[in-house]
Amino acid sequence: MHYCAEVTIELKSGMLDPEGTTIKRALGHLGYQTTNVSTAKKYLIEVDEESRDIAEQKVDEMCQKLIANPIIHNYTIELRETQ
Amino acid sequence: MTIAIIQFGGSNCDLDVLHVLQEVLNVDAELVWYKDNNLDHYDGAIIPGGFSYGDYLRSGAIASRTPIMDSIKRMADSEKPIMGICNGFQILTESGLLDGALTTNEYPKFKCEWSYLRVETTDTPFTSRFNKGDVIRVPIAHKDGNFYSDEPTLTKLDDNQQVVFRYVDKNGQITDEANPNGSHENIAGIVNEKKNVMGLMPHPERASESILGTTDGLRMFQSMIDHISK
Repeated sequence: MHYCAEVTIELKSGMLDPEGTTIKRALGHLGYQTTNVSTAKKYLIEVDEESRDIAEQKVDEMCQKLIANPIIHNYTIELRETQ
Repeated sequence: MTIAIIQFGGSNCDLDVLHVLQEVLNVDAELVWYKDNNLDHYDGAIIPGGFSYGDYLRSGAIASRTPIMDSIKRMADSEKPIMGICNGFQILTESGLLDGALTTNEYPKFKCEWSYLRVETTDTPFTSRFNKGDVIRVPIAHKDGNFYSDEPTLTKLDDNQQVVFRYVDKNGQITDEANPNGSHENIAGIVNEKKNVMGLMPHPERASESILGTTDGLRMFQSMIDHISK
């Protein structure tokens, strides 16, 4: 089966997010008051695997070994079956 | 004695390090392309600065997963000295050879300027030519140099005297103003537990000749050579 994994990488809570802080300030310049802006990165990873479980397990390994840095990041995986 | 200078696609301080070792210190050094995966015949290695793989994914992330890093890990296990400068430091943290992570500067801008560092320990292969507490001048050039680690790791680094350099003012005081990037506890450089692997954000190769304003950085390379010669 063909699967597409949508991987979202975020900074762990409490970590500085200078880009988010800068964007928050710029929104303020435009007159928008926000309580917080955080940045995140999204990766779309497509795989062919026998089952949903195997696909999810493989993508999770990829996140742990490369896509995320466990010292500073949390990540989520959303998997969907595609054609 | 031969020191390997590791080159990845996007390394750009490799020739500066080569110049310092060969021309200034008269030591044998060779550029080693990352596809060469046997470093057994080298006595030490330097991972130079630059923007390996365009800083894709995270600074140092791609380089740290290339096959040559297995050889670097073997070299580390055999207690030969390894120094990672700037992007080299990022590669060493990403590979797990050093603790922590280098994240985006607190003020998210590329900073290229002189910094003052305080030598926190002389008990490493890279700082034996200094005195503890020396304040030295070495330039930085980075956007991702904000050293981060969790509290238990910071405590361990402090307790084991693994913090080698901290950003200070010219009087040697640790202040927020002297911290160019928001690093935890003003950390500029650390070593591993065995102390044979050091990473630092400042560029000692850019402070190794008097024509560049100071030779403070040269003493790190001299210390490393002393250690190998022992």
